[in-house]
Amino acid sequence: MEFETVIGLEIHAQMKTRSKIFCGCSTEFGAPPNTQVCPVCLGMPGVLPVLNRQVVENGIKFALATSSSINRENRFARKNYFYPDLPKGYQISQFELPIAEHGAVDIEVDGAVKTVGITRAHMEEDAGKLVHDDREPVSYVDLNRTGTPLLEIVSEPDLRSPEEAVAYLKKIHAIVRYLDISDGNMQEGSFRCDANISLRPVGAEELGIRTELKNMNSFRNVQLALEFEVRRQRDILLDGGEVVQETLLWDPDRGCTESMRGKEEAHDYRYFPDPDLVPVVIDDAWIERVRGELPELPDARRKRFVADYELPEYDAGILTSSRELADYFEAACMLYPNPKKLSNWIGTEMLRDYGPETIAACPVTPHNLARLLNMIEEGTISGKIAKTVFGEMLATGADPDAIVKEKDLAQVSDEGELLNAVREIIAANPEQVRQFREGKTKVMGFFVGQLMKQTKGQANPQLANKLFQQELG
Amino acid sequence: MMDMNYFSLTLCEAKKLLQQGEITSVQLTESIFSRIDAVEDKVKSFITLDREGSLVRAEEADRTRRQGRAGELGGLPIGVKDVLCTSNMRTTCGSRILEKFVPPYDATVIDKLNRAGAVIVGKTAMDEFAMGSTNENCAFGVPENPWCPGYVTGGSSGGSAACVSADESLAAIGSDTGGSIRQPASLCGIVGMKPTYGRVSRYGLVAFASSLDQVGPMTKDVSDCALMMNVISGYDKRDSTSINLPVPDYTAALTDDLQGMTVGVPVEYFSEGLDPEVEQVVRSGIDMLKDAGAEIREISLPHTDYCVAVYYLIAPAEASSNLARYDGVRYGYRDMEAETLLDMYQKSRSTGFGDEVKKRILIGTYALSAGYYDAYYKKASQVRTLIREDFTRAFAQCDVIVSPVTPTPAWKIGEKGDDPLALYLSDILTISANLAGIPGMSVPAGFSSEGLPIGIQLQGAHFNEEALLRTAWNIEQRAGIKGRRPELG
Amino acid sequence: MKITKEEVAQVARLARLELRPEEVARITSQLDAILGYVAKLDELDTQGVATTTHSRDIANAFRDDEVSQSLDHDRALTNAPLQKGEYFVVPRIIT
Repeated sequence: MEFETVIGLEIHAQMKTRSKIFCGCSTEFGAPPNTQVCPVCLGMPGVLPVLNRQVVENGIKFALATSSSINRENRFARKNYFYPDLPKGYQISQFELPIAEHGAVDIEVDGAVKTVGITRAHMEEDAGKLVHDDREPVSYVDLNRTGTPLLEIVSEPDLRSPEEAVAYLKKIHAIVRYLDISDGNMQEGSFRCDANISLRPVGAEELGIRTELKNMNSFRNVQLALEFEVRRQRDILLDGGEVVQETLLWDPDRGCTESMRGKEEAHDYRYFPDPDLVPVVIDDAWIERVRGELPELPDARRKRFVADYELPEYDAGILTSSRELADYFEAACMLYPNPKKLSNWIGTEMLRDYGPETIAACPVTPHNLARLLNMIEEGTISGKIAKTVFGEMLATGADPDAIVKEKDLAQVSDEGELLNAVREIIAANPEQVRQFREGKTKVMGFFVGQLMKQTKGQANPQLANKLFQQELG
Repeated sequence: MMDMNYFSLTLCEAKKLLQQGEITSVQLTESIFSRIDAVEDKVKSFITLDREGSLVRAEEADRTRRQGRAGELGGLPIGVKDVLCTSNMRTTCGSRILEKFVPPYDATVIDKLNRAGAVIVGKTAMDEFAMGSTNENCAFGVPENPWCPGYVTGGSSGGSAACVSADESLAAIGSDTGGSIRQPASLCGIVGMKPTYGRVSRYGLVAFASSLDQVGPMTKDVSDCALMMNVISGYDKRDSTSINLPVPDYTAALTDDLQGMTVGVPVEYFSEGLDPEVEQVVRSGIDMLKDAGAEIREISLPHTDYCVAVYYLIAPAEASSNLARYDGVRYGYRDMEAETLLDMYQKSRSTGFGDEVKKRILIGTYALSAGYYDAYYKKASQVRTLIREDFTRAFAQCDVIVSPVTPTPAWKIGEKGDDPLALYLSDILTISANLAGIPGMSVPAGFSSEGLPIGIQLQGAHFNEEALLRTAWNIEQRAGIKGRRPELG
Repeated sequence: MKITKEEVAQVARLARLELRPEEVARITSQLDAILGYVAKLDELDTQGVATTTHSRDIANAFRDDEVSQSLDHDRALTNAPLQKGEYFVVPRIIT
């Protein structure tokens, strides 16, 4: 029996506004507990919410970037339930009329492009944080995070494998970061993902019973958790059993899921339109203004990199996987004429330590990287030495000229200087000389290697070649 | 005027005397407090009194007046229903669950009153969380109608109505969700206005039913009502439902005739349940309006009969959500013995809330719950549209609607305890204004044979408080009962 | 019967209210009477009628994305029934 996996993802992206969604408290991460709160987000008696316009703008940006239709009139609703991190006893969210619906994004897995539908995206407020005491049966409530704006993005159940799910997740991640509406930091909790997953026999139309997976706080964990769950469900079904509909928590340390069954309650959220908030009406003028201000999005940028820089799809894909990395690349390109070489360099030397998400922390500026590569072109240093210099640049942030000078790494291209060494090496290695003259041209590598050793790698390899050829006749 | 009778002045009269330097705010405030001392144990209007703070404010008011900077309500003692957040006094909403709660902020209306120089003498008694029509649901004592001991004041702004009626303050602030200003005003023989929804800020008004609640003045006469409206009205950016329209000078509406005005009389408001004496007073009132030059026209508000059903689904539904925040976590009563979270929630809420509140939370929760939402909450919201449309059509035919406020005058405390439905039905004449968001007003017009006050209700189109005030003024001029006071110690 | 005792118990649980046994019967009959009354609305045909949430037609009440003063920490916790240091304290969430 062959099974098909059906996955839908629910993403909560914290929006990068300065203030909260319904009050003026700061949204800055890391403040001492209960210091970024006010009567409104504390849910005190008598308070009222007022909507942060920037949150709507961000919603419109996301809708445009994902070709979603924007509900010109959208409303807020109350989602009612009791929990200590939810001060009002309800979360202000959107229910019947979300800001965006029926969007889509393209993902690429194993060279195949697929369109994934986005059912809806809506605005809502975040809850606070609970910290559980280890010894005493109490929990501590910190409400700083309450009222932080969230964009909840729900995909259609179009994903057919954990790989597709991660690709989709990364795509949405890239989009919200390109749009600069979210930090997209999974570890810090500004980008969260829950998954709904079920299996069905291949060819079946009806969806199988699904489970909900939570607590996956990295792309890798999403992949691992989904893979685990696919196996787990498959085993049950192959055994003739039935999957129980439940919520499962991924345990990254043990590499398995844990059922929340028994700990959760069937929730009746009793959604109804929030009477304290008035409808949001979005007109054409607003949409067009936002559209005009949209940055170039990942797909478009990738296509342009392929076209303008003549890069392969693969390279372009990697370089545009984050806005920061793409910006970095283009800044360096303005100063160095060979995009492919630049791309290769970044791919092999940089991405190990500084990836698309962390490039901003890299001490090597695009300007300095371009300079380094130009120095290779100019023959000032060899490619090999350049790697050493680069290592130094990564460690200290110093510019390449300074390093080369300080460590005296400049390539030796002075014929005179090299000629002596060349002659010395020829004199010292008669066996290899004889081999070369007999036609074993590969021995040239040996001679050049010797010269490199003697010059500590600073001999200009092309010149070395030429001189040996010349001397060996 | 003798010293001790300053308490019997109206706001406008006292203001004039203050302006003329004939009295000071301190004298006025002391007079109020000696009146409170004399009658409060009979009337029981207040939950919290702030004698010291009031005298400090009064001194301050006298000082600023001497400096020529007196506010619109400078030095005038008023009472505030305990449903508005005051940062210097506990705010209980008539409930045990907030018995010790001191808000860390002031409601916008309180802010306005303070900046106008008013002296807030205390917080008045109310039905718990504004749910009730008799003030019998107050956890801190039931006020008594100053006109007749042992009789209800009406509710839920019963304490405010009683304190104005008993001269325990020169005026008061109440709130109205289904008639809670207008009905007690009528039963206690004072003026009460529920402004258009959005006219007065709800920021700091502890919510009962968010789409229906409004804050409004309760005063001894129509002039005072207009003065208070000038001070408390206005756009507030902290309230998303607040309307950004300029505030007219409401005192300019008090003109002596009704030439050119059409008064509508809705047939549905004069049905079987209406006490004949109430009807008599209202009909006389209508004659007075005719006398003043208004044209009288019969109109129909065909969906009147359904408004109670609509209200008793929508209001509890919104309330069930608004009151979820009283969970014992961050403020309010918590059962400290509870060992689990669930227990803490259930015990705190069950002990802290009174029966009527619990009942309404249950109805409201039910009306929103899965499977029942469409039949109850949604259906009620649709009928609400029909009720709104009734008024839109009505105001195409008239400027002001005149009717009774409540089917009967006041009754004995405890008399209507057992049949909640009967009590709910008595709100039938006031509820529609909240559902439609239109302004409504009660003005004293007569008395029953037992000496109990009977008011006339006026309703107008959105933001046409001026028409109400003008009409009320004309009734007041002609009704011949102005200045009549209950006989208290 | 518009509502049963069992349903009342369920609704009470949703609303985090605990009803004493002697209360349940009384409240059930009162709620039943109210629900019986509000069924009156079924007399009206509301096919195609829009719902009213707000009695005034306003839209787009916004604030700018600006940070304003938060409550200082003491005031935020001042009415807390139980606090420890900077936190509100609640009993542990267990079933």
